[in-house]
Amino acid sequence: MYDGGKIITGVIIGLVLMTFPIWYTSGRAAKKPDIKLPVKEKQCVEPKDYMRKKHMQLLDLWRDSVVRVAQRSYVAFNGAKYDMSLQNTCISADCHAKKTEFCDECHNYTGVVPTCWDCHIEPKEEPKEKPEEKH
Amino acid sequence: MNAIASLILSGGAISMLVAIPFLAVWALPYVYGIHLEWLFGIVIPYVAVIIFFVGIVYRVVQWAKCPVPFRIPSTCAQQKSLPWIKYGYAEKLDNPISTAGVVGRMILEVLCFRSLFRNTRMEFGTDIKYKSAKWLWLAAIVFHYSFLIVLIRHLRFFTEPMPFFVPIIEKVDGFFQFFLPVVYQSGPLLGAALTFLLLRRLLDPKMRYISLPADYFPLFLILTIAGTGILMRYVLKADVVSIKELTMGLVSFRPVIPEGISVLFYIHLFLVSVLFAYFPFSKLMHMAGVFLSPTRNLSNNTRIVRHINPWNPTVKLHTYEAYEDDFREKMIGAGLPVEKQAASPADKE
Repeated sequence: MYDGGKIITGVIIGLVLMTFPIWYTSGRAAKKPDIKLPVKEKQCVEPKDYMRKKHMQLLDLWRDSVVRVAQRSYVAFNGAKYDMSLQNTCISADCHAKKTEFCDECHNYTGVVPTCWDCHIEPKEEPKEKPEEKH
Repeated sequence: MNAIASLILSGGAISMLVAIPFLAVWALPYVYGIHLEWLFGIVIPYVAVIIFFVGIVYRVVQWAKCPVPFRIPSTCAQQKSLPWIKYGYAEKLDNPISTAGVVGRMILEVLCFRSLFRNTRMEFGTDIKYKSAKWLWLAAIVFHYSFLIVLIRHLRFFTEPMPFFVPIIEKVDGFFQFFLPVVYQSGPLLGAALTFLLLRRLLDPKMRYISLPADYFPLFLILTIAGTGILMRYVLKADVVSIKELTMGLVSFRPVIPEGISVLFYIHLFLVSVLFAYFPFSKLMHMAGVFLSPTRNLSNNTRIVRHINPWNPTVKLHTYEAYEDDFREKMIGAGLPVEKQAASPADKE
């Protein structure tokens, strides 16, 4: 092999860069999202599978409908009527009351930064437990 | 092979590569109740990545075994010569004699595609003219950097927590904040650049003549990968949380197949696996090869350093001096001129 030192160094640098996810992840247990579903309300405005994949598009539609057309009433897939409101419907006390236990779980896991909170005020949440008790 | 045959062959190959995971993951469970998600989600990606790394290292080692006995000074500037011949900064970069100059030339080549920037087009008119042709360079640089950004963005599926640079790149990439989910410019740009590179081969008769399936196939493959990715993100939607469980399983060597992943994801993953496995056998090896281009990575010091061909046989020399030493007395006896006179008898004693 000619210029073996330089070439092997280059190959090793390339391999280290390209296997970044493996050595960066090793030893860290990836925590799967653990969302808390509402206790009282059993049915969301659309079926679960639809909400899992397309909730962001639904919320975008709601935003456009409310802000641009002033149409606030949403007829759900099962005929029930809902008020189009992130703060009064989605994250109301009966449904996904806590942003940190619902929205943030998946968003943080997949690195999504929704623009909801650029305009909406984040709901204030009491800290679940005091820091001293956390062990 | 003509253009039509090349297009049919490479297009047909891509169609089959889309059909295989589609039929296996989508149709087999319906018809026969067989589930092959583990094959397309775990086995094939692992095999493809192993082929990718082993193949690249093998080919680089093969290249490294080829001696490059001579500097190849096909450069675009004046060689270092006599002091009154200009050898300025441009010459130091284009025809370097130092390691620093070579490093500079390599950086410009690898990061800025300088040799493509010098692409010219010959035009016939009243005389022959060479015109600068920058479109190839532009499409190449847009394609490569978009692809790099797309790859780095995909780290959000392969790391937990994400490294700091991924959100920054996502933010810059989605700078214009339109559509929902935010459109990343790198996606459409990647498609546009690939389309240009494809049309360039199809519309220019000279390019069409020299293009082979090996040229069309990677273009089609990467276009289809980008297409399925864009479809998944913006149109048909994918269950990102389940997908991340699968990808994190792959990188942490604890593979799992979560429920609810659409067939489109398996098509995307299978095509990416094909790209990885195809890589070491194809022209895509220029990724490693660019670093080993002898016309770029060697300094032009042929007049300063003596380069000896490594496979030269060792020649046993017999100099004239030694020859004369052997036969001096006989030469003098025959009346031949000698450079060194015979030692006097006094010296001999």
